[in-house]
Amino acid sequence: MQIKSPQFKDNARIALADANLQQALDNLKSGFPGKRAAAIGRLPEFDQLRDQAKNIKNHAIENLDFYLETFASKVQDNGGHVHWAGSSTEACQTILDICRSVGARTVTKGKSMVTEEIGLNEFLQQHSVTPIETDLGEYILQLRDDHPSHIIAPAIHLNLPDVSEVFAEKHGTERKHDPQELMQEARDVLRQHFVAADVGITGANFYIPETGSTIIVTNEGNGDLTQTLPKVHIVVTSIEKCVPTLDDLSLFMRLLARSATGQECTVYNTLSTGPRQTGDQDGPEQFHVVLVDNGRSDMVGDDLQDMLRCIRCSACMNHCPVYSQIGGHAYGWVYPGPMGSVLTPKMIGIHNAGHLPNASTFCGKCESVCPVHIPLPKLMRSWRETQHRQQTSPATARLAISGWAWLARHPRLYQLGSNIAIKAMRLIGGKRGRLHNLPVGRGWTLWRDLPAPEGNSFQQQWAQQKHRLSDTGGNP
Amino acid sequence: MSLSPYLQAPTQPPKQPKVALFITCLVDAMRPSVGFATVKLLTAAGCQVEVPALQTCCGQPAYNSGAKQDTQKLARQNIKKFADFDYVIAPSGSCIGMLHQYPDLFTQGSADHQAAEDLARRAWEITSFLVDVMQFKLPPLQQDIQVTYHDSCGGLRELGIQQQPRQLLAQVSGLNINEMCEADTCCGFGGTFCVKFPDISNRMVSHKTANAEQSKAQLLLGGDLGCLMNMAGKLKRENSDLQTRHVTELLADMLAAPALGEVENTPLRATNTDLGYRA
Repeated sequence: MQIKSPQFKDNARIALADANLQQALDNLKSGFPGKRAAAIGRLPEFDQLRDQAKNIKNHAIENLDFYLETFASKVQDNGGHVHWAGSSTEACQTILDICRSVGARTVTKGKSMVTEEIGLNEFLQQHSVTPIETDLGEYILQLRDDHPSHIIAPAIHLNLPDVSEVFAEKHGTERKHDPQELMQEARDVLRQHFVAADVGITGANFYIPETGSTIIVTNEGNGDLTQTLPKVHIVVTSIEKCVPTLDDLSLFMRLLARSATGQECTVYNTLSTGPRQTGDQDGPEQFHVVLVDNGRSDMVGDDLQDMLRCIRCSACMNHCPVYSQIGGHAYGWVYPGPMGSVLTPKMIGIHNAGHLPNASTFCGKCESVCPVHIPLPKLMRSWRETQHRQQTSPATARLAISGWAWLARHPRLYQLGSNIAIKAMRLIGGKRGRLHNLPVGRGWTLWRDLPAPEGNSFQQQWAQQKHRLSDTGGNP
Repeated sequence: MSLSPYLQAPTQPPKQPKVALFITCLVDAMRPSVGFATVKLLTAAGCQVEVPALQTCCGQPAYNSGAKQDTQKLARQNIKKFADFDYVIAPSGSCIGMLHQYPDLFTQGSADHQAAEDLARRAWEITSFLVDVMQFKLPPLQQDIQVTYHDSCGGLRELGIQQQPRQLLAQVSGLNINEMCEADTCCGFGGTFCVKFPDISNRMVSHKTANAEQSKAQLLLGGDLGCLMNMAGKLKRENSDLQTRHVTELLADMLAAPALGEVENTPLRATNTDLGYRA
């Protein structure tokens, strides 16, 4: 996927001016957060579950080497194959090799952000294998040559007419306006692909070392058709998605859907444990798991380790007041919102993603809704510290902050400067009680006035009062 | 940005505690009235209030800009300045929230870390200090007024401040709180965020002012001057007649100064019921 994160500010400006997008974002804002709150309201032990989930994930990450080996040997015991992919390219090549080994021409795909991350669709297409997205949202995006703007509701940036238009154009059908009819049309087209596909590729919400299983949770059932009908099932997942046991899994299942869509449970929850066994009526003949690292093992033991707990529920972006103004595409790469602002710089480099960790007011709402207590603002701040240390943040901002901090450590000079600034602001805006235009800090007065200072500083006034009191022997 | 672990209030309110007012750089420069209102409230609650001289800033702009070393130096300076007080009180959840993060700046077990923890345990935002620590009851006060309250993020999520200002406001007779939608959603200020990303910030504050307007309140209140200046500045740009003040000004019955961004003390706009009556 083309990296557009360096143009974050321009992307955001375009998004703010896009009436269609704004309408779609309003729908998101009025949907998921309210449903989540209601679902959690019905689960009094939610906070305890969150604490437990955090502990389980921390344990899994601290013992990741052990769990990865356990998982791999279980998968093999079950008759499956495990492939280790250090990078995106390695992952894509591995998947292509499997496809070629069975002479695959078309592959169906369940929804998977990891395959977006590694750029799988583009890669397969370049090598004459046609991937067909089968999640409705992803399918719409594929027809439009578009990318997800949200990790669980990929086409959230689109409205009904957008879907109607692209279906008519690409399917060569009459334009439909009823969502049910559009869905039926997609279903009819996709059914043929499900049957014809040589290989089915899905992601995994979790992998479970205890049994060598992976699990997908979906609401459309497309994932099940993707993974059971073709002869070969490839699971593409990343190394941190470890939940050690099935018992642990049941805890995460209670958290995931509630945090994501506000459902008590997703509609389809499907465990895959190896290929078809003797006596099984269906299932793939081959079962492959591609375990993608792509920078994650570097995060173990560093400042960003907490991020490896992420279960991709999307609660952080659903509740983010910045995301809800600009949508996911503005972030310019695969993962948007607060979780993306932490992950993206790791994956595409901080030089490309410098704006992202700064594009937060640190309001803390993301952290407050995170089902595994990831301190997202703290992790974004850690990127800002890296930028400051490496002097890659804008020089003017860096100098301004350092200059100001120096002044703040020299209180007499600080107060002198502060008093001069107060006088200047009073001179410009005192008559109206506010400033309409500021030579510095234009970002403020571009859109709002600046209330003028009331008069002398509090500390000046306080000192004068005290002085008067001591002159009068303490009597006011 | 999680709830501070240093918020243990004593079971009994302390008697005449020695309290330092941490004025905060914004209140000091932009709105001294808030400082005087805070002193008045603290005095009414039985505190011995002092204002240590030569205060500057909590260091939050540096902290959130990634300038950790600068922040550490400022933290040490403030730890020293406020060492000899039972409590350190500011009319800002954001700045007190920063004081509660000082321990994170230093290695666990170091002298700096211990001193930072000690300061954090004594540092309280004014409304939560009055309610949670002093168990303060407001002296009789009559204000026939409809207000709405914006929950600033730092106070809300770092210090758990939500009910405290409302409990105090509920003691004002004649006062009604018209809760606005999304009262706990960020106003878009975010310190340097509002100048780094003015377009996004503007959209956020526009939502906030629209919600505040819809509440039909006459006065928008909050506990943090940064957010209040952002919202008042937007309301003024929109030519709104909804006024904005810091919650302490009302609680201390110090409404003589013009509201934020006003040049004189103009009467509040008509209430919803007044409008209905006139119609």
